Amino acid sequence: MIDSTSTQVIVDSLKSTKSASSSDWILHHVMDGNYLDFSPFFKIYLPHFEFFGIDLSITRHVLFMWLGALLLFIVMTRVAKAYKSSMVPKGFTNFWELFIVFVRDEIAKPTIGKGFEKFLPYLLTAFFFILFGNFLGLIPFSATFTSNIAVTATMAIFTFLVIQIGGMRNNGAFGYFKGLIPHGVPVFLLPIMIVVELLGLLAKPFALAIRLFANMTAGHIVIYALISLIFVMQSVGWAGLAIPMALFIYGLEVLVALLQAYIFTMLSSLFIGMAVHQDH
Amino acid sequence: MDFAYLAAGLGAGLTIFGGALGIGKLAAAAMDASGRQPEAAGAIRTSMIIAAALIEGISLFALVICFILAGK
Repeated sequence: MIDSTSTQVIVDSLKSTKSASSSDWILHHVMDGNYLDFSPFFKIYLPHFEFFGIDLSITRHVLFMWLGALLLFIVMTRVAKAYKSSMVPKGFTNFWELFIVFVRDEIAKPTIGKGFEKFLPYLLTAFFFILFGNFLGLIPFSATFTSNIAVTATMAIFTFLVIQIGGMRNNGAFGYFKGLIPHGVPVFLLPIMIVVELLGLLAKPFALAIRLFANMTAGHIVIYALISLIFVMQSVGWAGLAIPMALFIYGLEVLVALLQAYIFTMLSSLFIGMAVHQDH
Repeated sequence: MDFAYLAAGLGAGLTIFGGALGIGKLAAAAMDASGRQPEAAGAIRTSMIIAAALIEGISLFALVICFILAGK
């Protein structure tokens, strides 16, 4: 176990001295890795273990996902407990109530309509998990776990399951699939409509996953690319141009972090509403 | 001859062109509508943001393909 990581160290350092291209540096920071990189000070190597051939090692994204989940749990239990003493929130609870009421009134109620309370826990969890993930990634020396396709694909699979189960519970299993096809479609179009609607069922969560993953990855790559401009041009003077541009993109990333959490939740609740109340 | 990087660069440029055009038209329509009826500006702004995120999502599909090409 020890020698596999130490050889990896040697290979990494060799690679970095031999062919240091800026795209390697950018990709190495944006993608997942087996160590926390506080260079040039130190690196913290994370445990690497396999389970029957499946690589279950603790990587950067796994660690930050745990951190995000822990933060979410602490914040939300504190907010929920504050409502026991009084219905009027103050301070900390008031701040989070803003977001919670926003998700309930602007996202869940208009799109799902009647019976939206059943889906509110899932929508709130999705919104705050992605929000915390995106904002954790903006701290220097940290990793964005929402820029990992496995994480976003899992969230999209959860949305898919919630949509199907919610739709089938309200309309019956066969009635849900029958309701996918709009009214007044001529009979000879039915085969192609069935294929199109079934593919649409799969394509929408897929788009959710790719949208979140690509937005987070692309934003961070742009910031790293602007910083790497200093090293590519090999002069310190470029920092006067590169750092303000990178700061501007960083500000845009803060907006994109909020926006992507909102879009994921809004589209999830839109699809849930379309599945639950299937009146075309 | 290895054209993967060239393809990735050209692809990203074309994608950004299409996406920026789409979002530009969207923003123009939103400005027109807000100017015509300032009371509806809030609802227009919400719809504009949703539509912009969807357009950006599509352009990011193409960007992911460019990433895969550049990684070859």
